[in-house]
Amino acid sequence: MKIFVTVKQVPDTSGKVAVKDDGTLDRASMQTITNPDDLNAVEAALELKDKYGYKVIAFCMGPGPAMIMLRELLAMGVDEAVLVSGREFGGSDTYATSQIIAAAIDTYGVEEDDIILAGRQAIDGDTAQVGPQIAEKLGLPQITYAGEITKDGKTITVKRILEDGYMMISVDTPCMVTCIKELNTPRYMSVGGVLEAFEKEIAIYDYEKLKDHPLIDATTIGLKGSPTNIYKSFTPPQKGVGMMLKGDGKDTTNELADILAKKHII
Amino acid sequence: MAYNSADIAAFKNVWVFCEQRQGVMMPTTFELISEGRKLADELGVELCGILLGDNVDGIAKELGGYGADKVYVYNSPLLKYYTTDAYTKVICDAIEEIKPEVMLFGASNIGRDLAPRCAARLHTGLCADCTHLDIDLNGYINFLRTGSSLDVDNMNFETKLFDVNTNLKMTRPAFGGHLMATIVCPRFRPAMATVRPGVMTKRPFDEEGAKKVAIEHPKFELTEADIKTKVLDVVKATKKLVDLIGADVIVSVGKGIGKDVEKGIALAEELADVLGGVVGASRAAVDAGYITADHQVGQTGKTVHPKIYIALGISGAIQHKAGMQDSECIIAVNKNDAAPIFEIADYGIVGDLFKVVPEMIESFKAVKNK
Amino acid sequence: MILNQKYETLRKLYRQFAETEFTKEIMDELMETGEFNWDMHYKMAKYGFFGVKTPKAYGGAGGDYIDYALMVEEFARVSPVLSLYANTPNSLGSGPILYGGTEEQKKRFITPVAQGKEMMVFALTEPGAGSDAGGTTTTAILDGDEYVVNGRKCFISGAPMADWCLTFVKTDPTQKGSRGISLLVIDMHLPGVSVGAHENKMGIMGYPTSDVVFEDVRVPKDCLIGKVDKGFPLAMQTLDGGRLGVAAQSLGIAQGAFEEAVKYSKERKQFGRRIADFQAISFMLAEMATKIEAARQLVYHAAELKNINSPDASKVCSMAKLFASEMANDVAAKAVQIHGGYGYIREYKVENFYRDARITTIYEGTSEVQKMVIASHVLK
Repeated sequence: MKIFVTVKQVPDTSGKVAVKDDGTLDRASMQTITNPDDLNAVEAALELKDKYGYKVIAFCMGPGPAMIMLRELLAMGVDEAVLVSGREFGGSDTYATSQIIAAAIDTYGVEEDDIILAGRQAIDGDTAQVGPQIAEKLGLPQITYAGEITKDGKTITVKRILEDGYMMISVDTPCMVTCIKELNTPRYMSVGGVLEAFEKEIAIYDYEKLKDHPLIDATTIGLKGSPTNIYKSFTPPQKGVGMMLKGDGKDTTNELADILAKKHII
Repeated sequence: MAYNSADIAAFKNVWVFCEQRQGVMMPTTFELISEGRKLADELGVELCGILLGDNVDGIAKELGGYGADKVYVYNSPLLKYYTTDAYTKVICDAIEEIKPEVMLFGASNIGRDLAPRCAARLHTGLCADCTHLDIDLNGYINFLRTGSSLDVDNMNFETKLFDVNTNLKMTRPAFGGHLMATIVCPRFRPAMATVRPGVMTKRPFDEEGAKKVAIEHPKFELTEADIKTKVLDVVKATKKLVDLIGADVIVSVGKGIGKDVEKGIALAEELADVLGGVVGASRAAVDAGYITADHQVGQTGKTVHPKIYIALGISGAIQHKAGMQDSECIIAVNKNDAAPIFEIADYGIVGDLFKVVPEMIESFKAVKNK
Repeated sequence: MILNQKYETLRKLYRQFAETEFTKEIMDELMETGEFNWDMHYKMAKYGFFGVKTPKAYGGAGGDYIDYALMVEEFARVSPVLSLYANTPNSLGSGPILYGGTEEQKKRFITPVAQGKEMMVFALTEPGAGSDAGGTTTTAILDGDEYVVNGRKCFISGAPMADWCLTFVKTDPTQKGSRGISLLVIDMHLPGVSVGAHENKMGIMGYPTSDVVFEDVRVPKDCLIGKVDKGFPLAMQTLDGGRLGVAAQSLGIAQGAFEEAVKYSKERKQFGRRIADFQAISFMLAEMATKIEAARQLVYHAAELKNINSPDASKVCSMAKLFASEMANDVAAKAVQIHGGYGYIREYKVENFYRDARITTIYEGTSEVQKMVIASHVLK
């Protein structure tokens, strides 16, 4: 009875985002946070743990500093954490990333009644691709955009949210479910959780550990193994400053209405 | 011969996944077909739709009216409702068989479930949520001229790594809209993209095209055993969801209505009524529970480009701006004269929205009644 | 002092909780009604805030004094009164039993307090006795297996909600001063126990304070904590730790008021400039920041000394309380000043910080009592 939760450390794009002169992101100047949707996946896992006694294991692919984030997840109640980290993994696109994470989860071992939970998408790339691609690489069924998750025996039932309604879908474990914000409100860490988190070991899966897995091959991981490449990156143009109207009274709104009428906007 | 996604020369034509729900074509499909036509013309190849469903021949012809040369239709009761397993299998089998070089999906909740699964199975690259696509290099450079802050005349666009004139250039926002990235998939085919709904322009419907389009029914294999998920129910939202994407006028509310949420929304609704528009909202207003998520404009919500966008009490976080800055006329009302929303507003009023909006309603009414 | 990652993670938790949960609505309600907010109490209990430094064996998290001081600081930075909700069970509402109780008493009394299931308050002050315990007139006379308690305690924070009252009683009237005093943990639901009217306070609204009256209350003998007639040192030991809590609370209040002042001085424009651009204001802010930082280092250092049970801990805790509480009053007053007329209006947070700051130089030993303690150490 295990739940694997995949998580990512991301720059906080809701705050100030600094872009360097060459059009790339100045990551050093930015706060990093746990990807918000991933926290919903963690919460879903912990709720299932509270109810059914799952063991919850967080998997994160990223550089060393992502350890801090994993500690925070342990402090929320996650049982174990694995950091998938290595120079060989750098520069991976979603295809290569899913390949590596799938290999890592498979190395840990997926059993009959296990579930993999992921956030719908990460706020840095907003691709929503890694969850389904991990599922494909592991040969597991997937349900994305989960707005509700219930369990009955080995059957998981998910309310899958669509733009114009929803679908109720059931699937037997093992399976992958990706979670959206509406699913739940993530809990805080607890005081005892923080204190225990700093006494736990975080496992590191590096290239050495994973290299013999059939999914891991120099041609399918890292920058070289990524089917997509960035051709150009740039900042969108800033729109010119418009007209600030003086005052906040009826004269001002009349002036605005007249301008808009003259320009045939209204 | 075994399927090999790296054998680039073997792939030809542009395909569009034609998403239908309950037998009704999703509007994004027509945008994608229109855009696909442009790409196919630039490549000098055919544009094909791929349509899956149960008895959906009736909606296939219409695709020709927007530029499709051919539509591959796959009918089966097992394809009536979308399932990841069935749709992935049929599409991947078709791609392995017929080998298109470009494959487009709408970036809907279904497209974004299906496309990554297909890309992983086919061993190819996928670019998510694109807002601009080019084959032709000059077209791309022209797009950058207005769509970026790059000095395009002093840039090198050539590369030894791939042919810049024939590879699909897929442009999309990243990092919450702070950056744009153009992605290529030079070593594998098909180059796959999901395309953000509401961004590509639908062509005028062409009767002739609709008559000419070829409908094909390739053989395919699909059994119940292929499908591991079970669809128990499909429910359409009973409440009419707000159609922000198609709206000409959007009056959006932000955190600034917090003082009196009910009144703030009522004012926005009244103003929207006067102008014949709908009410939108910033993420902050949605997160605060002031209004439901279907109203949300912005990166994680919807991209809109109405004729008039009125931002009430919205500070203008970059995500929000990314979702609405292409509006033709932006009017902002905010108490704080330093709010970033004023940087992109065509007209700004510094003031309390609870005071300004009632005045605005009267002024607009007066002008409209003239 | 440079805090390690564990401390920073705890700070993040405390800050996240306070900034999310201590909403304007809740704080307004506390101020308007003065009533205790039970929902907040249970929510805090859920995340372990009531037993930060309580040993795991008694239902706590087993943390140290810095873990605890950071919580009080971060909570007070947003809401000084809500910092008390979490402070009491970690401090006055469990301390004497931790220091003097038997293993069985610790399990029985501290565990429910650390888990937020029961509330315990600390009752030393009487109408005629505060820091001078010699005036204690509440008596307990042994009658068979029970003590019969009579008397009145006053200004007891949290009394109206309490399940248990840690009551310092005179068991031997023949002994003078602080001698002959014992500690009883008294069930507030016993016949003869009553609480007085809620005091109408200047600040810290939403944490009711009242008298507790004992009339022939029969308390079982096993509710005696420590040795008979030797209860007063337990009060002193607890207040030592309590001072650290008030020091941390003062630090948080100052930090909160300071941040409001910085924000306001950047927004407010006068004579065509941000008021932050006037030296009169910017120098004031510089001084405030410096004093806050000095207090912070002293508070953390005091906590560190408590962690290692240093002989200097008592002295430095008093120093931290003295310095931080006086500093908080100064900083809060300046923050109001920077706000001008707005600072005098309820809607602005600094108004609340200013009133709440006032108690910090008074409760758990006034500044003057702290000076007595410090002087007694330095003149030894």
